[in-house]
Amino acid sequence: MSILVNKDTKVLVQGLTGKTGTFHTEQALAYYGTKMVGGIHPKKGGESWSSGVDGTSLPIFASVAEAKEKTGADASVIYVPPAGAADAIIEAIDAEIPFITCITEGIPVMDMVRVKAKLDKSKSRLLGPNCPGVLTPEECKIGIMPGSIFRKGSVGIVSRSGTLTYEAVFQTSNEGLGQTTAVGIGGDPVKGTEFIDILEMFLADDATQSIIMIGEIGGSAEEDAAQFLIDEAKKGRKKPMAGFIAGRTAPKGRTMGHAGAVVSGGKGDAESKIAAMEAAGIKVSPSPARLGKTLVEVLKG
Amino acid sequence: MNIHEYQAKALLKGYGAPVAEGVAILKVEEAEAAAKSLPGPLYVVKSQIHAGGRGKGKFKELGPDAKGGVRLAKSIEEVVSHAKDMLGNTLVTAQTGDAGKQVNRLYIEDGADIDRELYCSLLVDRSVGQVAFVVSTEGGMDIEAVAHDTPEKIHTIAIDPLVGVTADDVAKISKALELSGAAAEDAKSLFPALYKAFGEKDMALLEVNPLIVMKDGHLRVLDAKMSFDGNALFRHDDVKALRDETEEDSKEIEASKWDLAYVALDGNIGCMVNGAGLAMATMDIIKLYGKEPANFCDVGGGAGKEKVAAAFKIITADPKVEGILVNIFGGIMRCDVIAEGVIAAVKEVGLTVPLVVRLEGTNVELGKKLLNESGLAITAADDLDDAAKKIVAAIKA
Repeated sequence: MSILVNKDTKVLVQGLTGKTGTFHTEQALAYYGTKMVGGIHPKKGGESWSSGVDGTSLPIFASVAEAKEKTGADASVIYVPPAGAADAIIEAIDAEIPFITCITEGIPVMDMVRVKAKLDKSKSRLLGPNCPGVLTPEECKIGIMPGSIFRKGSVGIVSRSGTLTYEAVFQTSNEGLGQTTAVGIGGDPVKGTEFIDILEMFLADDATQSIIMIGEIGGSAEEDAAQFLIDEAKKGRKKPMAGFIAGRTAPKGRTMGHAGAVVSGGKGDAESKIAAMEAAGIKVSPSPARLGKTLVEVLKG
Repeated sequence: MNIHEYQAKALLKGYGAPVAEGVAILKVEEAEAAAKSLPGPLYVVKSQIHAGGRGKGKFKELGPDAKGGVRLAKSIEEVVSHAKDMLGNTLVTAQTGDAGKQVNRLYIEDGADIDRELYCSLLVDRSVGQVAFVVSTEGGMDIEAVAHDTPEKIHTIAIDPLVGVTADDVAKISKALELSGAAAEDAKSLFPALYKAFGEKDMALLEVNPLIVMKDGHLRVLDAKMSFDGNALFRHDDVKALRDETEEDSKEIEASKWDLAYVALDGNIGCMVNGAGLAMATMDIIKLYGKEPANFCDVGGGAGKEKVAAAFKIITADPKVEGILVNIFGGIMRCDVIAEGVIAAVKEVGLTVPLVVRLEGTNVELGKKLLNESGLAITAADDLDDAAKKIVAAIKA
């Protein structure tokens, strides 16, 4: 089993015709034949897109609603540039796409406040923005994660950082554990899916036997997630976990790349997050290079 | 992006917020005319630097008994004398670091009779994904200390973006600030105006500390700190025009031209990484092996060869840098693009310090091949741990 996506997931691409959308759609098609079913471009409806790698052709539709109706898509991935990305998400919400992933980095926070208000009243789930997407090994790749480092297995991975997700994947593959699904929730302060949402899914997924959770400085999502895990453990729901928090050495008051990664107002520092995660039974690795080994130690008991 | 207090006040005035009359000056000769244009007889002379704690700050060049960076004046002569004292000198506050910041601008403002000092800020509350007012009756002091010692005195009121600031929201804020009479009346227009300004200008933080109740019962914005969402500057040319580059690190300015996320730090290992999380983690692992990073640098997802080369040049231009660690886990970023950028930059500016490169992910084989065939003195690393060990060892050697 897996979470969020599997071999049956049918994916639309908003921003397919751009350079980034094209490259990553080619990669997705090449990854165990992820079911990419079409693209959206308001002015190119009726045309088609073809992969420069193997010539696979995909239809282009003028709107998400039309694309959903004609393809039966249940997911959409967004590569639209920042200025138009919020409107692209809203179009997907209005078309009632069940699962929307927004890869775009650099969306204004106020735009995401507008999206969030709409999202909360909708039936859609949004992953991201500013995230690497989600990948279920040998089944489905939505987003920009490099497929070659994955291996089918038993670890569920959730992370606020894109490239640290890859570290966790790479290391668990090297340890022979492999992954059920890896999810990057994104580094923006206002986003669609939080740690708790994904942890709930991993706890409920029988194939996921252990979990790696990677956080970073800023906000209190890691502390909230730790409290969630403590509450669930009381109900008997618990899985072995390893973790990491990026930004231990970051100076206070400076934003570290991600709009969400800033220690301000005495909140969001690495030490309090690590303490909260340890209290919830997560073994937190001091080094980002030892995520896989730390999990192996936890599993050995 | 941050702006000065006087710029923030002018912006708020445009939204109808009550601010004192004031004039910004760059030269001592302008002080007298500036003061004469104000009603008097009480004036405030305020250093304009992008750092808080100015009032309690000390000027490096003046004695320890000299007054701080915000001074009261009871005559025009006193305004001029303060201006002479402050302009061009270096103000050290709790937020500037030991080096301090040179005061190049002053704001001469009409004085106010203060009855009460309050705290009011607006920011995006990420737990609910809405803009929230954070208010407290304990204004004028370090709000972090208030939050730590007496958290019950801090009130957060989140605003529904679909309806904006309602009468009910204003009532909640006013109650939290214990406003009555004229101040409660002023609140009905002030708080919606602050919210409007925050949203329309894509602010990241708007902090009014203190917001004062004057002896005549009215509210006034006595200080204002404003910073903007860098991702939204593309739609605000008016805000971009307020940027004061003399307040920023020159390397950070160059980096921002290339849209690189770069933060100058104090160590001596330069880092170039893709992804903010991995960039922070790379800093963390350098420290774990006993050294300090010279910078945070995330070249981002869609960087081309030129951007990578620009990043590399900014890192090598820092005289503190004794070694460089390039750590790339390619997803959206392709390893061959990184390799091409690094090679181009090294060929242009040379390489005088050890360089360790760790590549993994999308197009990794092509990237490694390019580096191997470049003939440059680059140490390859297998993984993050190996990379950190190698660069630390290279510096110690």
